[in-house]
Amino acid sequence: MIMDSMRDRFTATVTALLDEDPRLALVLAEISRDRLEDAARRHPDRVINVGIREQLLVGAGAGLALTGLRPVVHTFASFLVERPFEQVKLDFGHQGVGGVLVSAGGSYDWPAGGFTHMAPGDVALLDTLDEWTVHVPGHADEAEALLRHAAAAGDDKVYVRLSEQANRAALGVDGARMLTVREGRDGVVIAVGPMLDNVLAAVEGLDVTVLYATTVRPFDADTLRRAAGGSPYVVLVEPYLAGTSAASAGEALQAVPHRVLGLGVARRELRRYGTMAEHLAAHGLDPASLRARIDTFLPAPDRVPA
Amino acid sequence: MTTTTATTARPTSPYGYPELSGLMALMTGDEKHGPAATSTLDALWVLYDRVLRVSPGTVDAHTRDRFLLSKGHGPMAYYAVLAAKGFLPVTDLPGFGSYDSPLGHHPDRLLVPGAEIGSGSLGHELPLAVGTALGLRAQGLTDPAVWVLVGDAELDEGSNHEALAYAGPAGLDRLHVLVIDNASASHARPGGIAARFAAAGWSTATVDGRDHEALYAAYTTSHPGRPHAVIARVEPK
Repeated sequence: MIMDSMRDRFTATVTALLDEDPRLALVLAEISRDRLEDAARRHPDRVINVGIREQLLVGAGAGLALTGLRPVVHTFASFLVERPFEQVKLDFGHQGVGGVLVSAGGSYDWPAGGFTHMAPGDVALLDTLDEWTVHVPGHADEAEALLRHAAAAGDDKVYVRLSEQANRAALGVDGARMLTVREGRDGVVIAVGPMLDNVLAAVEGLDVTVLYATTVRPFDADTLRRAAGGSPYVVLVEPYLAGTSAASAGEALQAVPHRVLGLGVARRELRRYGTMAEHLAAHGLDPASLRARIDTFLPAPDRVPA
Repeated sequence: MTTTTATTARPTSPYGYPELSGLMALMTGDEKHGPAATSTLDALWVLYDRVLRVSPGTVDAHTRDRFLLSKGHGPMAYYAVLAAKGFLPVTDLPGFGSYDSPLGHHPDRLLVPGAEIGSGSLGHELPLAVGTALGLRAQGLTDPAVWVLVGDAELDEGSNHEALAYAGPAGLDRLHVLVIDNASASHARPGGIAARFAAAGWSTATVDGRDHEALYAAYTTSHPGRPHAVIARVEPK
């Protein structure tokens, strides 16, 4: 069986949610419109396509919230968070209303499309704002669970970052906590969303704890503190800008001496097309590159340096 | 969900149009106000006094009319009208702009009683109003009107054009834009402001922004199936 993508699951899930919850409304700017024709037919007043107008996309979404509805606002990450960033900041944050922003495309999902369709800075940008919940699912099943969680989260401001990159198996995510996938003594590696499979392959044979994070804001400091109790070495592996959660990890561990290595997407433009696998390798996020960088970072008194 | 109905009965207030200048003076410390400070005054007064179905008792009613001040700078006339109509206490006016005052040089909806929206950065409220009109329609609330006040130079912002180009074809007939035209745009719109709205399928009316009867007539013009833009011309800035 071919696994559906997170974006496929989003359109199916939001279609079902529109049937279930009369408070929900969906705002589009052409992207994914063809996948949501059934929902638009069934709910013509609550499925709104504003055309290729992203400032209006976000502003109208917040306007729906002003009337008491819960807007789900969707397009590619670059056009949802980066292009209309001031609308995200003011129309939701400053006006004091909530909604669910659901992006597709992530950092490197369509490498042949080039840099204009890549948004490695989306989570870092939201970090400049107050009280945004950020979900980064690593599997279509997790995407569905987190989308349902986000839709039901009152008037919270929630960002759901969907990707074409997915792990082989889903885990039971709860919309808040990191999961402990394995335990070890030499350090803690936090794998965010779609990074888990590559991280698990990379740390094979290492005595490290692996935490799996699909909700990165608010950052689950308690779980990290407990996991890091025995070792001050923490590695973050994130599918967006390297180091995005380094400050959060540092804050969680401020009471103890610690070291944090932030791995993720580089700021430097690759100016390459090609495939996702090639881009992951170029950013050092393939299992072999991850292993090399984690080996260099962790203390290894009983290991012979390569 | 509240079931309060916005009433058309207008509570009597000790403050009428002649008192607005005095209320503004509580903020500015000056009895004389130049055209820039009062460019919105007559248009706002007629709207709140005779058209909008919202009162201090119905600010949370689902069925109220909504007024979104988009041109948030120079809000003294707006605060004066809100105070005259009893939305906010007159005693708040002298603190205008101070640390403990709810009244800033740009309004904040979470601080100002009766203010539907916080503004300051230009070009945000027309898209928000489009969403408000869509949200009311989706909930079967086809009666409340949504009004947005923009400045003529504010129409430079591209976000307004995203909104007005959508609202016409979408037939948002409960949406109204009031453009205060004091000819402040450095690069005036070729063909005029009304033509821009008309080209996007809006109903339009251009009137003298100091003439209360003309404003009232323009505000209450029937515009079935189309959003409505009123361009109120005042003295050039």
